[in-house]
Amino acid sequence: MRTGLFLTVAELLYILAAALFIIGLKRLSSPATARSGNAMGAVGMLLAVIATLVAERILSPWAMIGGLAAGGAIGAVLAMRVQMTSMPQLVAVFNGFGGGASALVAGAEYLRTTEATPALDFAIIGVSVLIGALTFSGSVIAWAKLQEVMTGRPITYPGQKLVSGALLVVILLLGVDLVLVGSAPTAETSIAAGALGGGGGVLVALAVLSLVLGVLLVIPIGGADMPVVIALLNSYSGIAASATGFVLRNNMLIIAGALVGASGIILTRIMCQAMNRSLANVLFGAFGGGDETAGGGTATGGTVREFSPTDAAIAMSYAQRVVIVPGYGMAVAQAQHGVKELAELLSSKGVDVRFAVHPVAGRMPGHMNVLLAEAGVDYGRLKEMEEINPDLPHTDVVLVIGANDVVNPAARNDPGSPLYGMPIINVDEAQTVVVMKRSMRPGFAGVDNPLFYNENTRMLFGDAKDSVAKLVQETKAA
Amino acid sequence: MSLLIGLYVFVLAVFVGVEVITKVPQMLHTPLMSGSNAISGITIVGAVLIAGRLESPLSTWLGVAALVFATINVVGGFLVTDRMLRMFRRPPPKGGEAGKGSGA
Repeated sequence: MRTGLFLTVAELLYILAAALFIIGLKRLSSPATARSGNAMGAVGMLLAVIATLVAERILSPWAMIGGLAAGGAIGAVLAMRVQMTSMPQLVAVFNGFGGGASALVAGAEYLRTTEATPALDFAIIGVSVLIGALTFSGSVIAWAKLQEVMTGRPITYPGQKLVSGALLVVILLLGVDLVLVGSAPTAETSIAAGALGGGGGVLVALAVLSLVLGVLLVIPIGGADMPVVIALLNSYSGIAASATGFVLRNNMLIIAGALVGASGIILTRIMCQAMNRSLANVLFGAFGGGDETAGGGTATGGTVREFSPTDAAIAMSYAQRVVIVPGYGMAVAQAQHGVKELAELLSSKGVDVRFAVHPVAGRMPGHMNVLLAEAGVDYGRLKEMEEINPDLPHTDVVLVIGANDVVNPAARNDPGSPLYGMPIINVDEAQTVVVMKRSMRPGFAGVDNPLFYNENTRMLFGDAKDSVAKLVQETKAA
Repeated sequence: MSLLIGLYVFVLAVFVGVEVITKVPQMLHTPLMSGSNAISGITIVGAVLIAGRLESPLSTWLGVAALVFATINVVGGFLVTDRMLRMFRRPPPKGGEAGKGSGA
């Protein structure tokens, strides 16, 4: 560490960087300023790195340059190549790397500890490694589920919560042990340290078990609950950075980490509220769980009325107001471009077309908005649930594309339904509802949807992309 | 710097974060997430320190690994956020405004 002027300059740069982060995040509150906000964040990060180079004497620049070059290249390739539909996976991966980096930095700091190091520091290192490692492995599992490398369904086994809880207790005990060994580095004070070859062994054990815990915590969570998991992991990666900031006594890390931690927590809360479920229920409820046949297709019975693409195209072409409700099915089918074309076509016929986006539609917060923006839909047409619901009774046609649970009226009027209480888009209040769906299979929650049997509902069966393409053709003709 | 001051900084920063982020609309939640995610790559600062410190081979290796991880997070995070935000645009006034006007 250098002294005097260098240090002052570095601190000032850190303050500037922190200010840029905050202003940058603030500018994310409007699409018009968001891009510059993100750029300010990037400049802030650059300043933070420069500040560090000013404050510290870098003795071996090559390792550093190599690391920066490799990481930068990998990050850039991932960022430029990713398909917008795969965005949730990528964010999960980046989260994981952030958490992993925090754990590694804390681990490296552990190597510098001496007998004079305060006990509290060992505790903070333990916390940093725990959260960082858990974020890393949890994110890898989230990635695997989203990428469908592994099943998106919840993986459960008897006593799951007990096992995870016990593992956490063991990790915390190792943390206590780490502090004890650290403050009195003789093997007798710790059984674990003796067996594991000193304090370093304890830390490695702690790291490994934290990795396992991350896996165990994410596997019971189903695909459609991923928005919550990603938001939560986002928060963890921030908290891990903050914890590392405490280890390094660096305010920059503490501030940036706290901002991200707060952001992740807020998004987690919004997602949970949008599903009317507690965080505990999302994390441990194994929602949409094991029994795939629960509430199977014909349980409700009733008549299903079908629409051909021609019927649907005519209904929409001669409507005044059309609202399109996209869901994860649109993303899976990559139908967003066709949907945009359809919306433009209807617009050119004088139809007022808007999009209603449920907060948890898709696999991460705001997923549908990004896909529609990619397709070139004017963001002024994208409406939130609260905004569109009062208009639905005067809407002629609602077109539901690959959404199910978020438009299930049982959430409003069937106290027995697992979805009961979840705020939904009230599409059933529109004059006509056209539901595009592959088959009559229930949605992620495994709950049958009475919407499909309503008087004013018409089913349009088939792959979303094909159906949208047919709708476009028929609308041109209509 | 004492830990207590660090704690002050942490708590105040959390409040700032909550205030600022609560105002971000649902439409921008994905960019918010990936952008804030890039900011959490701030650990890059710690990683730079360790990778450049030349203390022991193990320490350097840990530092370089951390640096690669953090840089992926930072560079990838900011770039992909920019890519997304570039897409949030308003087409020439006619189409968009008409849709918006009659909907209100």
